[in-house]
Amino acid sequence: MNKNIDTKKIIISNPLKLDCGKKIDNFPIAYETYGELNSEKSNAILVFHALTGDQYVSGKNPITNKDGWWSYVVGENKPINTNKFFVICANVVGGCMGSYGPSTINESTGKQIGTDFPIITINDMVNAQYELIKYLEIEKLFAVVGGSMGGMQVLQFVANFPDKAKLAIPIACTSSHSAQNIAFNELGRQAIMADSKWENGFYSNYKLNPDKGLAVARMAAHITYLSEKGLQEKFGRKLQDRDSLRYGFEADFQIESYLRYQGSVFVDRFDANSYLYITRAMDYFDLSKQYKGNLSDAFKKTKTKFFVISFTSDWLYPTSENREIVIALNSIGADVGFVEIESDKGHDSFLLDVPSFLKTLGDYINSTYKVINERRI
Amino acid sequence: MKEEFNIISNLIGENSRVLDVGCGNGDLMKFLQENKTKDIRGLEISKEKVQNCLSKGLTVIEGNAESDLKQFPKSSFDYVILSQTLQAFLNPELVINELLKVGKKVIVTIPNFGYWRVRLQLLFKGTMPVTENLPHEWYNTPNLHMCTIKDFYNFCSTKNIKIYKSIALKKSRISEINKSNLNYKNLDSHLGIFLIEN
Repeated sequence: MNKNIDTKKIIISNPLKLDCGKKIDNFPIAYETYGELNSEKSNAILVFHALTGDQYVSGKNPITNKDGWWSYVVGENKPINTNKFFVICANVVGGCMGSYGPSTINESTGKQIGTDFPIITINDMVNAQYELIKYLEIEKLFAVVGGSMGGMQVLQFVANFPDKAKLAIPIACTSSHSAQNIAFNELGRQAIMADSKWENGFYSNYKLNPDKGLAVARMAAHITYLSEKGLQEKFGRKLQDRDSLRYGFEADFQIESYLRYQGSVFVDRFDANSYLYITRAMDYFDLSKQYKGNLSDAFKKTKTKFFVISFTSDWLYPTSENREIVIALNSIGADVGFVEIESDKGHDSFLLDVPSFLKTLGDYINSTYKVINERRI
Repeated sequence: MKEEFNIISNLIGENSRVLDVGCGNGDLMKFLQENKTKDIRGLEISKEKVQNCLSKGLTVIEGNAESDLKQFPKSSFDYVILSQTLQAFLNPELVINELLKVGKKVIVTIPNFGYWRVRLQLLFKGTMPVTENLPHEWYNTPNLHMCTIKDFYNFCSTKNIKIYKSIALKKSRISEINKSNLNYKNLDSHLGIFLIEN
């Protein structure tokens, strides 16, 4: 929400031609880095964030004062060990944590851009972040890693820049957004746009915020990140701070109270228009369509090593969709590993404490780093 | 185990492209990676074993050979290895056909059910054989289609599959199998190793 915080930022002066046909230039990309870049510049890992993520992967997020969104994975002595790797994460174009987005102030009007902001795509996000890699003067990344929308960016990055990463790890994602995923995103957008305070996207001009709509969008989405079993085990029919039903519409059940809380904290840190734009970018994502229906062609030019990971209870980006990526890679003889991790934490598994995921990911990254370095010597 | 790995390694050309089907914890992959070729992949059905392989940095895919070999293009590997796994498939014939499509050459090793120690157990004890090489009881064995060296030899000739090399292993003694010594090797070896081609 473009709060006054001290985010690292670069201004991209190169004009970027967006998929929608518009051009943007002199726009900001906010980012954060962790660890040190070694002298050979061979230890850089670019992490892509998911729909509601930001550049604060690890440590304390200065906006929310909570742990970074991928603290289980990135940090000192974590699976992606920042004592060893130089980790970069940028806020996506369209986001609301300092990068160019609908809440950016238009200098000529002094007002937020709102829905005058152009429609952006996963491709646009990746192209903008490539400018950051150029700015950091990193010739070749050791790895590109991300889950969910971050995984889509991993796939798009390798397709766009086939020789810029040695290793690619797309997690719990898809190569093309399914009808079910579009449906859930549309539900969230409609909730926002149905809020009378949305004002066609120009709410900030009226000092309004469609927080009710955004909270409903978040609540609906949050359900899709969990699993039926996980919900049942955690909440069941337990009541919230009461011994019996109240025969009304207050939050009687713990699950209701939990979702309301998730909705309410979300609106404090996220911009409603960004939610519209970023979900749209995900819906438009169809990598195989970009390559005339042949997903394998997206990876034909690359020697990048792939490691695809899915989770058993993820019904939003199910194993079958992750396997499509593996199949496309195998059919061109690419170097790809794949595992489906057992977890009842649903799509959110990639963000949570799932020990077999964290161990496999960490061990794989470390041993691959060793193998690639040994080969070079 | 070590002898089997050595024999397989000797059958494989330097720096060739290899797929290990049913790669388990990746011991053979690791051995070949250190001794023969870096270009090696694995396919394994057990999640836990796949995770062990990936932890070692090995490129392994979780999947089922009976349904997932199709995704590899024709002749995309110089060698496809099936080490002591053929007997565990629901449809070994289908798997052999898939292997022959994906690999230019295929190496199949089979625990020999015709080994005299195995035969004696059934003959004298009257129970299903349990040996060092076949450690399971009848009720928990993953082995659905046990065969002998002779069975596999005959299978190849019936199906017009070319046998380039067939090797018998007894403890650490290695010998060639041919038409004339087939009955003897079938009795005296615990493992058969075949290099075949379509």
